[in-house]
This record gives sequence, structure tokens and C-alpha cells, in this order.
Amino acid sequence: MLTSLAQAVYVVAAVLFVLSLAGLAKQTSARRGVTLGMIGMALALGATVLLAVEQSQRPVGVTLALIVAVLLVGALVGSWRARSVEMTQMPELIAILHSFVGLAAVAVGYNSYLTERAHEGAGGAVHLVEVFLGVLIGAVTFTGSVVAFLKLSGRMKSAPLTLPGRNRLNLGALVASFALLAWFLADPATGIVPLLLMTVIALALGLHLVAAIGGGDMPVVVSMLNSYSGWAAAAAGFMLGNDLLIVTGALVGSSGAILSYIMCKAMNRSFVSVILGGFGSDGSPAATASSGEQGEHREMLAEQVADLLRTAKTVVITPGYGMAVAKAQYPVAELVSRLRGRGVQVRFGVHPVAGRLPGHMNVLLAEAKVPYDIVLEMDEINDDLADTDVVLVIGANDTVNPAALEDPASPIAGMPVLTVWEAKQVVVFKRSMATGYAGVQNPLFFRENTAMLFGDAKEQVEKIVQAL
Amino acid sequence: MRIGVPRESREGQRLVAATPATVTRLCRLGYDVVVEHDAGTAAHLTDTAYTEAGATLGDATQVWTSDVVVAVDAPGPGQLDLLRPGAVLVAQLAPATRPDLLEALADRGVTALALDAVPRISRAQALDTLSTMSNVAGYRAVIEAAAEYQGMFAGQVTAAGKTPPAKVFVIGGGVAGLAAIGTAVSLGADVRAFDVRPEAGEQIESMGATFVQAQGAQQEVSTDGYARELTGEQEAATMRTYAQETARADIVITTALVRGRAPRTVTAEMVAAMRPGSVIVDLAASGGGNAEPTVPGERVVTDGGVVVLGYTDLPGRMPAQTSQLYGTNIANLLALLTPGEDGVLALDLDDPVQRGMTVTLAPAPAGDGRHGGDGGGAARRGEVLWPPPPVHVSATPAGAAPAGPTPAQQEAAARTASRDEAARARLRRQRLAVGGALGAVLVVLALTLSPASFVGHFTVFTLAVIVGFYVISNVSHSLHTPLMAQTNAISGIILVGALLQLGNENLVVTVLALLAASVASINIFGGFLVSRRMIAMFRKDV
Repeated sequence: MLTSLAQAVYVVAAVLFVLSLAGLAKQTSARRGVTLGMIGMALALGATVLLAVEQSQRPVGVTLALIVAVLLVGALVGSWRARSVEMTQMPELIAILHSFVGLAAVAVGYNSYLTERAHEGAGGAVHLVEVFLGVLIGAVTFTGSVVAFLKLSGRMKSAPLTLPGRNRLNLGALVASFALLAWFLADPATGIVPLLLMTVIALALGLHLVAAIGGGDMPVVVSMLNSYSGWAAAAAGFMLGNDLLIVTGALVGSSGAILSYIMCKAMNRSFVSVILGGFGSDGSPAATASSGEQGEHREMLAEQVADLLRTAKTVVITPGYGMAVAKAQYPVAELVSRLRGRGVQVRFGVHPVAGRLPGHMNVLLAEAKVPYDIVLEMDEINDDLADTDVVLVIGANDTVNPAALEDPASPIAGMPVLTVWEAKQVVVFKRSMATGYAGVQNPLFFRENTAMLFGDAKEQVEKIVQAL
Repeated sequence: MRIGVPRESREGQRLVAATPATVTRLCRLGYDVVVEHDAGTAAHLTDTAYTEAGATLGDATQVWTSDVVVAVDAPGPGQLDLLRPGAVLVAQLAPATRPDLLEALADRGVTALALDAVPRISRAQALDTLSTMSNVAGYRAVIEAAAEYQGMFAGQVTAAGKTPPAKVFVIGGGVAGLAAIGTAVSLGADVRAFDVRPEAGEQIESMGATFVQAQGAQQEVSTDGYARELTGEQEAATMRTYAQETARADIVITTALVRGRAPRTVTAEMVAAMRPGSVIVDLAASGGGNAEPTVPGERVVTDGGVVVLGYTDLPGRMPAQTSQLYGTNIANLLALLTPGEDGVLALDLDDPVQRGMTVTLAPAPAGDGRHGGDGGGAARRGEVLWPPPPVHVSATPAGAAPAGPTPAQQEAAARTASRDEAARARLRRQRLAVGGALGAVLVVLALTLSPASFVGHFTVFTLAVIVGFYVISNVSHSLHTPLMAQTNAISGIILVGALLQLGNENLVVTVLALLAASVASINIFGGFLVSRRMIAMFRKDV
């Protein structure tokens, strides 16, 4: 009776989860989406607590106390992190949350193996495969996300780690895992040994997989790990026979997969080449050749930029990761409201891979109270750039590189970029003439209608605001 | 230091090199400004206005013996003799066509800055009087043409029938050409324009004209911002285009000046082929004229009834505004030359802009710099610095362009590439179909052998993936970060599994479940709260 009730509640929760993600289609319905997700989660947990109490093999009080303790820990730590996190640190938070799902999947997998000893017959084998896969995906997600977290938070160098024969190492790890699966199925009684061995291999695989990917590809990695964490949850659902877990895992898994696909397309790279890693470290001759060919760049001071903005009718701002690093979104928002107060049309052009996370720039701008209807995507703004008086490039580099369209030998050739150079005047905010994450020189800086404004983006924008 | 602003001596020159507004700026840079009596009268600027702005009035001698002389035209012989050695002269000197003037200035020991030799780089635009003059001339050319053309520019549809818009053809997409295009378009004309530089096409279209392309006539992208003279083959193709376009045009505005010289663009035959009443405005008349019948400075009517305007004083026909623009160019230049804002002029020849416009340089002041020069004869000779070293405006290396493949080769290569692409795509599709079929067979086989409960779960899984695909595809790009936070939160649903294992009697299981449940619940709370926090930040513009 209680089990059936729980199943019924799970169905409702699953529907609510689907609706909550569907709510994110528009900003106006997004808030309702989150609420629906929370209701779904509360329902599912409520039913599960009842079920857990009923099925408890320990005294009911102990089980209940443990559940309350766990939820308390989650509520305290979770709400503390959620409240204190800076929007610029969002990629790190998301990465570490992925690792939690991976870790939970590993633990649940082991438990499932330990609690259901009846591994006889075809059903038993299926269950063992489910456990094995769940632990494998969970372990890869766990260490992969931890490395991504360390790289994003700057605690680890973001340059790709390139071991010799790294693709063969990855392949070898997978082959070894499948050999261990065969052993695991053949001898379920002592199966804990191959399971443990595989876990070690999978943890190492996750480490190596993400360590080999450079910082510029982090948006793809984070969304890929998002996908993995979903598949890990789905695998847990299979081994526990829980449809809610399967549905949720599948939703999350396909979500991450689609995000990865969008990111890859925005960079004109195949998913495989991103995952295999090592981008920008191959030292391709084309890269070095094109970085040698430079011109003369022109500098501008903040006051001159202010003069320029005073006379402009249309301004487009293209932010990049540099804006996040300098935490310049607040002065930028101030600048925007000043300019709009003077009747200047100001819009933002956001490249799909700007930042270190899909949609990262949008969140930062929203945090600084920039209205979302003036923040446009690359495809929406590109046609208007030719009619724009001034484009401010704040901390973006590769996403505004004309070489992507004009130089077939460039490592980023074919990547869709914001065509800022078509505007009448471009001002690039930059700390120095260094290259972007792709390590490619940017001919934009040497264009005739480009001026460079060197220095910390935040300070420079503040100076412009003062001069206005 | 003292800046002198003379009254222009050339017949019909109504411009003046400083207006009261720019005099104020010059004074603020620390200079004393002396303006010749009646310097601005022709531009409707009174002497009182100048004195109110901070200038003093003086006669020609006082003005021309100043430390710095700013003028519109190059000085005549009498004025040249007044210049002191070591003085700085700022004017339009046409250095390319007047080597005699440069020699005379060097003989005088004068530092001369040619405002019409400013390198065409963006930093120097504020000083570029060629742009200023061309811009004004382009505007005025259309106005003059409109006065001569006995018809309406804008097409009209009225109860009494309709009139077509005037057809304007502009040759040259430089500053003057673009200004003419903009003016003609705003009057409602149907404007077509041609330029030998392909990069001008975009600018022409941006002004609202149709860019006429001539097969084989286009040059490569220029490296210095100026058009070059054409080769024989390009010439022939261009001429054919001109003939076609002029024949259908009511008004032709031709602006082709290559370094002070005017190539022939409109021949007598082309003019003869134009309708009576058509108008040609030749903005290159100062260089001899692009059109064959052009007489510089004159209005000519051909036998075929075509009016050819060769006015060379178009900017001077709007003297107050042009003087203001010109004076601002000069004030900008002096701001650049006076980095200390202390009234002391410091020329920096390492700056490509300043180097480019310095056509003669006074000898270094050694003893006779300030006072000894009044007599003039004893001055040491300066040096001629024209022509300046080339300044590249484009990041593309000059040598790369000619080495590239011809358009025909490119086209052939593109065709082959697209054929290859199609073949590869077909192969990919075939592979995908075979792979998909194999995969489906394997899945069916595996499911047949699996227990019924697994098949049920697998169905749910498959459907959920598909639902997920459609739901997530709809998510707004700007909400991808909240989406990830929210998927984080709901993947914390793995807590359900962990909670059920908490009550297990096996201690290891309980500990593991505790670990899993703790991190999963952090996910749930953290994920939901942070995505709610983010979404709350998105606000619509009010």
C-alpha cells in the first residue's frame, strides 16, 4: 500500500521535474519552474521518508534521526553555499555539485551490491551490470568534476595535461573496465574485488580525462559532466528499480548532452575533439605563423572613450570572461544606465561560449541588474553590428576574432564569432596584448577602427562612468 | 607662443583657418592668438567675435611673423617672405603637386605641416582636413546639382501620375563620394556608385546606394587607405561600366582624385550620350577634372545640353561651417603638438601622424632661431621631408594579397570542395543508417533476453531521454546557467536511493548511505536555492 502510494507520488514528482525544466524556456516562467521543481522534490522526499521508515531494519528512531541529520547537513551547507557564492564563481559551484552526484552514485552503487546478495539468474546478471555501470559513471563524474572544480577555481593550472598516448590510456582504462565486468559477472560472490579495481581505474580515468582539457573548453567540460551526473543518477535508478531516478537522470543527462552540443557548435569543434582534449597545445604550425603576423595597435584613454560614447547613438557591449574576472559587471551596468539615460541605444552581444559556463555572461549581467531584453545572442546582434557606432569589447578575445572567419589556417577557423569589426569604432578593454584562451593572436586589435584601452576592466569602466 | 591667423588672399576664398570657437580652444592650450583684420568677414565671422573669444587683431605682417601660422591655402610669394625662420606653418600645401613650394619653404627654414598629407589612420582622422573638405564638398555637390537639375530628386506618385526619382551615379567611394551618396539618398534619389576598391562597396551600400561592380575592374584591398591608379585591363573594364552608368544617369558626381591628380573617368563620348538636362558635378576639377568637358572653376553647358560644374570652391560655398570644421582640425592638431598645454609647440617626428604631415623641417635653433630671422636672407636652409615613409593601416601584410588564387580558381576550388562535401555527407548518412539499424537490432536482442522489469525501466528511460531532449532544446540560451544549477538540484534525487539504504542493518551500507545522502541533499538545497537566486536577478526593462 505504502509502496504503491510512493510510486504514485514519484509519478507526480517526475511530471513536476519535467515542468520545472520546461519553465526555463522563458525568463518570465523560470521562477515558476524552480518552484515546481522544489514541490516535486519535497513530495518525492516525503514519500521516500515514509517508505524508508517502513522498510527500516534498524529501530525507527535511529533511521529517522539519521534522515533528519542528513537533511539538516544538506540544508545548512547547501543554503550557505547558495547564498555566499559569487556569481563569477558559479562554474566552480556547479562543478563541485556535479562531483557530489558522482560520489553519491558510487556509494549507492556499492550499497546496492552489498544489500542485494541474490545475484542468481538472468535478473541477477542484469542487476550486476547496472551496479557496475553506475559505479563506473559515478566515479568518472566524481573525479572529473573535482578536477574541473580545481581548474575553474584556479587551484590547479588550467593548461591541458598532455601525457604521451593519452587517448590510448583512456581506451586502455575502458577496456580494462570491461574485462573487470566479465570477471565481476562470472564470480558474483567475490565480485567486490573487480568492483573495487574498476572503481580505482574509473577514478583515475575521470582525473585524466578532465586534466587533459584546457581552460578554454571548460564550458563544454562542465556541461559534459552535467550530462554524466545525469547518467549516473539514471544508472542508480536502474539498479534500485526506481523510475523517478531513471526519469530524472535521463532528463539531466540529455540536458547536459544538449548543452555540450550547443557549446561545441558555437566553437565549431567536434565533441570528440573537445573530449579528447589537448587543444591549443599541439603547437600547430599555422598557429605560430599567424601569431607572428601583427600590426600596430592604437591606444585610447578612458576619457577619450567617454567622448566617443557621448557622441554615439548605438552602442553594443560584448562581454567575455575578462569581465567576470575583473568583476566589471557592476560598473558596466552603471555605464549602461547612464548611456541609456542619455538616449543612447545600448545592447549586449553575448557569444554562446563567452565565460566558463553556458549562459555565464547572462547571469553576471542579470546580477548587475541589466535588463535581460537588451542582452542579445550572437545571431540576434550580428546583423546589427554594421550599423553600430561603438562596440565595447570587455574581456572578450577569441569570440570576436576575425581570424575565425578570414584565416582558414587559424586554429579557430570556422568558429562563429561576433563580427564587431564591422562597427564604426571598436574599443577593446584588455589587460595586455596577450592572446586569449585559444592562444591565437587576434587581428582585430590591429584594425584601423579598433582602439585598445589597457588596464583593469573594472577601473577603466569606472573612469569612463566618471568622465560621463 | 603666438599663433597667427591670416585673411586668405586667394580670390574667392571665403574660408578662414580659425573661428571664435576654435580660438578659445587655442587660447586654452596656452597660445596667444592674433587674427588679421577682417579674416572671417567672408565667413560671416566678425572681428568683435574674435576679440571676445580672446584673440587680438593685427595686420598681415604681425600675423605672418608669428611663431605659428595657421592658414587655409599655401602662402603666396609676398607672405612667404614674411615667415620667420624656425616658424611653423600649418596649411593645405598639396606637397605631392607643388615641389617648388616645398623648396621655397625649406629655403626659408620653416617647419611646414601639410594638413592635406595626414596619414589615413583612425587616430589622425581628427586632423584630416581632406576628409573635412571632401565631406563638405560631397554634400554641396549634390546641392549644386539639385539646383541645376530641372527635376525632382524624389520619385512621387500623385493623382496626376508619377515621376521617377532622379538617377544619380557617383564615381568614387571616398569621403566626398560617400557624403554625396548620403545627401542624394536623403533627397530621395536613386543612387548608384562605383569604386575600384572592393572594400568601398560595403561603405557605399551602408550609405544607401547600390554598389556597381565591374567585372575585372576591382583592385585588391588597399594597404594605405588610398586608391591607386588602374592597370590597362582594369581601365578598359572600368570605362565600360562608366559608359553604361552615365548613360542612364540624370546626375553624375565624379570624385576620383589619385594623390592630387584627376584621372579621366567621363569622356566626351559618354557626356554626349547623356540626356539633355543632365548634370555632371566634377569634384576633381582642382586636379584638372575627371570629365573631359570640365573647366576648373566654371559652369559649362555642352552642345548636347549637359551641364558640367567644375567648381573648385564647393567647401567655400558654406564658409562658416566649413571654417568651423577646418578650424577644429587645426585645434586638434595643435592639441596633439602641445602635449604640455603650455603654449609651447613640440613636434615629435617619431609619431607617424606628425611625421607624415611634416613636409619641411626647420634647422635646429642654434643662435639665430628667435631674433635673427626678421631680415630673412641670412636664414639657414631647412630640409624637405616629403614624401614620408609609408604608414600601413591594414593588419594584412601587403605582399599577401597578389599571391592569392584568382577568383576563377577559388570558384573551381569551392565547387570541388562542395562536391566532396556532398559525397562525404552521403557516406555519413549511409554509415549512420547502417549503424542505427545495427544498434536497434542489438538493443532488441538485449531486451528480449532481459527480465521484464528491466524492459519496463528501459522504456521509461528511453521516453525520458526523448522528453528531456525536447524540453531542454526549448530552454533560453541566457538561462543555461540556472538550468545547470537546477539539473544539479534534481539530480540530487539520488537521495531517494540513499535514504532507503540508511535503515539497512549492515553498518558499512549505512555509512555509505549516509555519505551519499549528505552530499545529495547538499545538491538539492544548494542547486534549487542558487538557481532561484539567479532567476530572481533576471528582470525585464521597465
